[in-house]
Amino acid sequence: MRVITTPIRGGKKVPLRLPESRPDRNGIQEIEELSGQNLFSCYQCGKCSAGCPIAFAMDLLPHQVIRLLQLGLVSEVENSSAPWYCVGCLTCMTRCPRGVDVSRVMEAIRSLLLREGKEDRRPFLLPNEIVAEMPQQASVSAFRKLSL
Amino acid sequence: MELVYYPGCTLYQKAKGLDRSARACAAALGVRLVELPEWQCCGGLIPQVKDAAMALLGPSRILMDAQKIGQPLVTLCTFCYNTLKRADRILREDDQLRRKIEDFLDEPYRGVGVLHFLEVLRDGIGWEKIRQRVTSPLDIRVAPYYGCLLLRPYREIGMDDPEDPTIMEDLLSALGCPVVDFPARTDCCGSFLSLWRPEVTRECVRQIVEKAVRLGAQVLVTTCPLCQFNLDRYQQAGPSSDGRTGRLPVIYFTQVLALALGLEEGLPIQREHQVSPLGLLTAAAKERGSGDDQREKS
Repeated sequence: MRVITTPIRGGKKVPLRLPESRPDRNGIQEIEELSGQNLFSCYQCGKCSAGCPIAFAMDLLPHQVIRLLQLGLVSEVENSSAPWYCVGCLTCMTRCPRGVDVSRVMEAIRSLLLREGKEDRRPFLLPNEIVAEMPQQASVSAFRKLSL
Repeated sequence: MELVYYPGCTLYQKAKGLDRSARACAAALGVRLVELPEWQCCGGLIPQVKDAAMALLGPSRILMDAQKIGQPLVTLCTFCYNTLKRADRILREDDQLRRKIEDFLDEPYRGVGVLHFLEVLRDGIGWEKIRQRVTSPLDIRVAPYYGCLLLRPYREIGMDDPEDPTIMEDLLSALGCPVVDFPARTDCCGSFLSLWRPEVTRECVRQIVEKAVRLGAQVLVTTCPLCQFNLDRYQQAGPSSDGRTGRLPVIYFTQVLALALGLEEGLPIQREHQVSPLGLLTAAAKERGSGDDQREKS
């Protein structure tokens, strides 16, 4: 297993483990088509991860997701929690110097997993008192993002 | 001025305070809001993938209905605004997609102006006119909170600078409130993650509320019912690490406007707030009252 490190999170090096698998070219193409983004525009400045308000909860940072896709490691990204935590607040696309909309890439990954029936994270197990108080727009958007 | 008003699902149920205060403000400022007949859900979000025409049908139906009336469409909820404004833009720019949706809904689409109520206040009425109408300025240190979808993506929304907006600051200053320079005003509150991973929302909210408290804000002002809910319900009880209280009320911009215009519809609805703003607002009103008395005596 190869390990590369990317300097982020308070200057600490975060190891990114790369398996010795072959690049999944079809997978990358599918994600590029669905998201309308050129994954190879990204030059790994890390601005998206620096500004992401949810990055602390993700197992891969947004720029690491893009890097893994550039390397063709689609299954690594499919097993990550990052696409499910992205709420699409668009801070990253507002700040990206290369014009990459990471939230579209995250949504493409989510959509592929949902359409293939590999995942479904609709929020079923919620206490009733929370659901009763929550604004409807939260349920509408959660079901739109987390289920098919 | 007459506008088509689209309240959206949340304003009829869990954000009545926003709907009620906005209607009162509009009436007081001479804006006639005609509610869109038989409106339905906007879908909450614009699909971020290329092949999701189905998800555009909700907002498209609303836009087609508004087009029949022929006036611009105004909304208050940030999600509705973002969805409708971007849907209008997508339909106008993407010929292929528009034809698909026109075929399905059996109606041509020409385009509808989608406005946020803040834009109506700025561009339709103007800060100066609003300043002149203020009868009871609130002396409360307010921190404006924009959240995510009101300003982004800039190319499609274009309401204000996505990183350094001033529209809410301008409104609140016109209403006579001391405005806190609040750097976290465009951060994300955690959005719908409060349904799925509340602990993540709690952390997002902690960062925003702590910054606001440290900067001396007495109240957070927002446009979005979900921001209001998350910031209000998920802030930590009790004092924060620096000894100041972490309990910060969160109210809507239309409530501040209504109170400044002397409208009682601006008073928040108690059950929509876990951290009650009523004490603060009535104290401010009392202080103002005693200030007036002194002025009269002298």
